[in-house]
Amino acid sequence: MESRKRTFVRALVAAVVLTAAGGAALAQAPPVKIGLLATLEGPFAAGGQDGIRGAELAVRQRNGVVAGRKIEIIKASSDAKPDVAVNATRKLVEQDKVDIMVGPLSGSEGIAVKEYSKTQPNITFINGSSGAQATTLVNPSPNFFRFNTDGGQWMMGLGKAALDKGYKRVMVIAEDYAFPYSQVQGFMAEYCRLGGKVPVKAWVPLGGKDYSSVIARVPKDVDALVVVLGGADAVNFLNQYEQAGGDKPLIGGSITVSQDILNYRGKRRESLVGTIAGAPIADAYDTPEWKAFVADYKKNFPDGYPSPSLFALVYYFNMKATLDGLEAVKGDLSDGQKKYREALTKLVLKTPVGDVRLDQNRQAIGTTFITEVVKDAQGNLYNKVLRKLDNVNQTLGLPPAEFKIGSRDEPNCP
Amino acid sequence: MSAANWRGAMNVQTPRPVAPGNPRAGAAHEPRARRFTNPIRPRHVVVLAFLLGYPWFATPFFTFQIAAQALALGLIALSLTFLGGSGGMISLAQMTVAGIAGYMVAIFGSAAADNPSLGWPWWLAVLLGIAIAVVAATFIGWLSVRTEGIYTIMITLAIGVAFYYLALQNYAVFNGFQGKQQVFPPTLAGIYWRDPTPFYYLALACALAGYLFVVHLLRTPFGIALQGIRDNPRRMHALGFNVTAHRVAAYAVAGVIAAVGGVLFTWYNGLVTPGSVGTGWLINILVIAVLGGMRHPVGAFLGAIVFVLLQNFAIDVIDRERFNLVIGVVFLSIVLFSRDGLLGWWAALSARMLTHTGGTPWRAASGRSYVR
Repeated sequence: MESRKRTFVRALVAAVVLTAAGGAALAQAPPVKIGLLATLEGPFAAGGQDGIRGAELAVRQRNGVVAGRKIEIIKASSDAKPDVAVNATRKLVEQDKVDIMVGPLSGSEGIAVKEYSKTQPNITFINGSSGAQATTLVNPSPNFFRFNTDGGQWMMGLGKAALDKGYKRVMVIAEDYAFPYSQVQGFMAEYCRLGGKVPVKAWVPLGGKDYSSVIARVPKDVDALVVVLGGADAVNFLNQYEQAGGDKPLIGGSITVSQDILNYRGKRRESLVGTIAGAPIADAYDTPEWKAFVADYKKNFPDGYPSPSLFALVYYFNMKATLDGLEAVKGDLSDGQKKYREALTKLVLKTPVGDVRLDQNRQAIGTTFITEVVKDAQGNLYNKVLRKLDNVNQTLGLPPAEFKIGSRDEPNCP
Repeated sequence: MSAANWRGAMNVQTPRPVAPGNPRAGAAHEPRARRFTNPIRPRHVVVLAFLLGYPWFATPFFTFQIAAQALALGLIALSLTFLGGSGGMISLAQMTVAGIAGYMVAIFGSAAADNPSLGWPWWLAVLLGIAIAVVAATFIGWLSVRTEGIYTIMITLAIGVAFYYLALQNYAVFNGFQGKQQVFPPTLAGIYWRDPTPFYYLALACALAGYLFVVHLLRTPFGIALQGIRDNPRRMHALGFNVTAHRVAAYAVAGVIAAVGGVLFTWYNGLVTPGSVGTGWLINILVIAVLGGMRHPVGAFLGAIVFVLLQNFAIDVIDRERFNLVIGVVFLSIVLFSRDGLLGWWAALSARMLTHTGGTPWRAASGRSYVR
């Protein structure tokens, strides 16, 4: 009895010591701690990795120091599920005590992290690359900032481009969560208004592996497929569509023809040539700023893609804004980061693809490219610029009262 | 593989070394009155005091994300520990039962504006959720009790996957891939029950109730008969016990525990989606139960604590992009080097420490809650 108690007490002491040691290691340090959340698992693992490269590039360009304060990055991973993203964010904020939080990557994650940010009013949250409209349009959080345009903004102008190509009826194949809703809304709002028809919309689960039932539903009389799938899903779909003998031209979502997809090794890859898409990035954008950015990316990450992916660029935007804001307040995060947030609100972010400003919901107003996939001399696929739209706002130029947020059923024009 | 072999493989029938002077069936020989009382030992008091005082010295992060999550998951795993450890039935569908409860709370109660839900009062939604989950658990039990060993695992896995696809593909009720978002506990008596400390105490109360219930149940005639059925169903049948009915009842009881855990876990996450009842989580519950050890109900909670700690902190140990390796290695080493999870380690450790002092090994003493 006595000795049993002793065993137990020993174990208890060990547990307490371990807990205390864990706690002591977390004492506040002078550098600015920035939490960085991206999907290093799941369907967007490749994109998440490139997103981290983009964020790191922004830090490296400042040699890891802003206004005399060292920048310390603490990374965390999720798998594109909102609950996992909130758990990872909560750990960074409450356990690792970061001052500023950058992330997450995926649309539903963004909405969940935005909701969480309301419970942490003294921390500033800056988006990673999530692009759901609802994040900043529905119940925005006063301490959540998004320096990238959203999924709807990325597709502005694509409806017109599709009609110009002669696609009068299209089928939509998209993942069933907030970001593709936004992408489809951005495309269809314009496409339907100009007279295009979308008889069938297929919503598929994120991380789905079998697209045969969707491919079987493709009607004979549609002119093209609007494919809003990302990461591994896009590769799986393209392979299966190829095997099924599909030959419809494609209209891509912003992350369907990103660099992480264009460079997969598959047969269907060739048939991507000619695909039009809307995105905040265009590989072949011909300005010195963009070329300098690409060169910098390649120099820093020899293991990266031939050209930075959308995730790298958008994480770069948000991390650069984080650091530019810190510079503007000389590293002063006192008073619940009040000054810092004011500086962020006023910030005009210089990016390789033009300036970005924030609207009253702390949502970016910026540039969208309409692109077409072409093949270069070495056989690499890249996105050529068809058209560039500046100052695209979140309601796509409509008065806020007329703007309807995207969902499974909205917009609708069968 | 015969049922007996399978149970051997699952380590639920491990022969235990017995200390001198402590016969193996010691518990059964004890006076009936002693067996049915629950002796309170100093370690119980210390653990209870630690658990009750925990939010006062732990950070909100450790209170909510580590402790409360572990308690909710532990409760779901407890239902499997009960079924597997004392009933000899390894059901992979316990997370399905928990998920059904979570979904029902969201469907009858309230969820995000664009999700279909009926908006009934929270208490009604919770009661209905648990009731429907228990009906589902009973049905799963009724379907699977006639099978043994690996076939039970397969049939419960099939049911779990079937429910996953139902939730994934049904929009009218389950809202497809999106599932039910913003499913939160109510604000009662001026307290928002999802704040770290209130939620921790809510989870603790449910977990303690579930734990004590199982510990007690194993000493009732029902629990003893269930363990008899685990060890030798044919003999129990010959003695006049209705083996099938006992097993189905065990599934129903486990269903109550899993359902309560499921409601808590849904409230913890604030959502329930097909991902919450996918194969990943079905297997995670088994991992938690095996990690902790199935010989005693406390194993479920120990396993859940290790699981949650690993999920949160493995990323700090190693290169950020390879942290799943740590999780896998720790799981493997626990399972490889211990015959019965953490409880096995604990037993081995205390046995080693106590042989020097000539005391009674904890393992043999604590085996009292199980009649072998």
